[in-house]
Amino acid sequence: MLSKKSIIDIDSLTVEEVNQILERTDSFLEVSKRDVKKVPALRGKTIVNLFFEPSTRTKASFEIAAKRLSADIINFSASTSSLKKGESIFDTLKTILAMSVDLIIVRHNCSGTVKLISEIADIPVINAGDGKYQHPTQALLDLYTIKKRFNNFKGLKAAVVGDIINSRVARSDIELFKKMGIDITVVAPSMLLPDNMDYYAAEVKNCIDDVIEDADIIYMLRMQFERQDRKIYPSVKEYNKFLSLNAGRLKKMKQGSIVMHPGPVNRGIEISEEVMNASGELAGKLEIENQVTNGVAVRMALLYLILS
Amino acid sequence: MMEKAFILNEDDIDRVLRRISHEILEKNKGSENLVFVGLHKRGVYLANRIVKNIESFEGVKIKAGKLDISFYRDDIGHNIKPDIQITDIPFDIKDKNVILVDDVLFTGRTVRAALDAIIDFGRPRSIQLVVLVDRGHRELPIRADYVGKNLPTALDEFVGVKLKEVDGIDSVVVLEKKRKRNAE
Repeated sequence: MLSKKSIIDIDSLTVEEVNQILERTDSFLEVSKRDVKKVPALRGKTIVNLFFEPSTRTKASFEIAAKRLSADIINFSASTSSLKKGESIFDTLKTILAMSVDLIIVRHNCSGTVKLISEIADIPVINAGDGKYQHPTQALLDLYTIKKRFNNFKGLKAAVVGDIINSRVARSDIELFKKMGIDITVVAPSMLLPDNMDYYAAEVKNCIDDVIEDADIIYMLRMQFERQDRKIYPSVKEYNKFLSLNAGRLKKMKQGSIVMHPGPVNRGIEISEEVMNASGELAGKLEIENQVTNGVAVRMALLYLILS
Repeated sequence: MMEKAFILNEDDIDRVLRRISHEILEKNKGSENLVFVGLHKRGVYLANRIVKNIESFEGVKIKAGKLDISFYRDDIGHNIKPDIQITDIPFDIKDKNVILVDDVLFTGRTVRAALDAIIDFGRPRSIQLVVLVDRGHRELPIRADYVGKNLPTALDEFVGVKLKEVDGIDSVVVLEKKRKRNAE
């Protein structure tokens, strides 16, 4: 089903395809636990990481995923390539395609660029985040993390908290979670909400206290300072009052519930220092590191399913 | 697919596995350093049965794991459905005699992949192969150390192995494609 397919947005993935990815991911998680963390599944395949925007975890995650499957991976980043010399995206793309690569992973700061690239390229393209639009592999790894904790999706209550308007993670996660039957509440003040909120048909609350006791999943978004051309939130103090996850709020969360964050965390803004350093039972609610571990496995499954 | 010949029933399979269990013990001079790895999916159940036999003969505990060889196949991209199972080898295979178990030995390509996979987990003292049925037609220089039944077959025939754990019944049959009727 996923063979040779580009992964651009959540909308173009079917529920069957999502389930196929999630079901396969367990086997890839096991590979990462071995002493020799490498299998020859994609030997001889060449993958390009084409990053027009800074990234550490997504880029590293794809690179580790490709290497554990024995594929060769080449990194192109805007700051070190001839894009800096003024070459257009399309000429860069043509150059890469002329080198007979099998798959391209693209991140770009403009929404829609990855879709455009996928229409030009005759090989599969994976969106590693484009502007404010989509970050489908983040949504898939988040969904897998939820599956590992809860085993099913139907009837779960997730609250997505923070900078909705600037977050591609929010867009992909809300769409994917809804697709799989998770109930979504969005928590943000109106200046952090997009105009087309109706599109998501999600309940909206303005304060994290409205959802903290009832939610199974608290999904904290990163404040996207780099995407805010003007300061749209008055102060950190106000953010802390209405939206931050602090120790007091963490303690109010119900039994078995979890906290997620796509990283990197702005400590003291979305999540307090105290929560980030928590230990014992409270720390057990934090899935942030598991998200990273699961991310490698989900991306391995995706690369394998597309290229095999 | 039509059944052409019935080869082994429940009692036959039971006897074959007990005989193989004894052969393994004989060849390895006991059960020390023996570990088992069953190949998904029916090899896993066969391995478990042999392990049970050896445990009851010798009064010892034997370790068994399971292996999926999808990541080591040589035919990726040839329209094989990537049906991946979990690999679980929860013990160190270093310096162990690894008994690899599969249901049918045919071209030898699955076993080739399994050998590569096992060696990625460590350096065993030896790897020995158990198969319930050897149907011939090898494409690689691979042979089994313990064979339940040698079964010469034609290339257009299939060997159907059913085991209670997954199929509800124990049997080995030879199947043949239905001949196409001439168009009238």
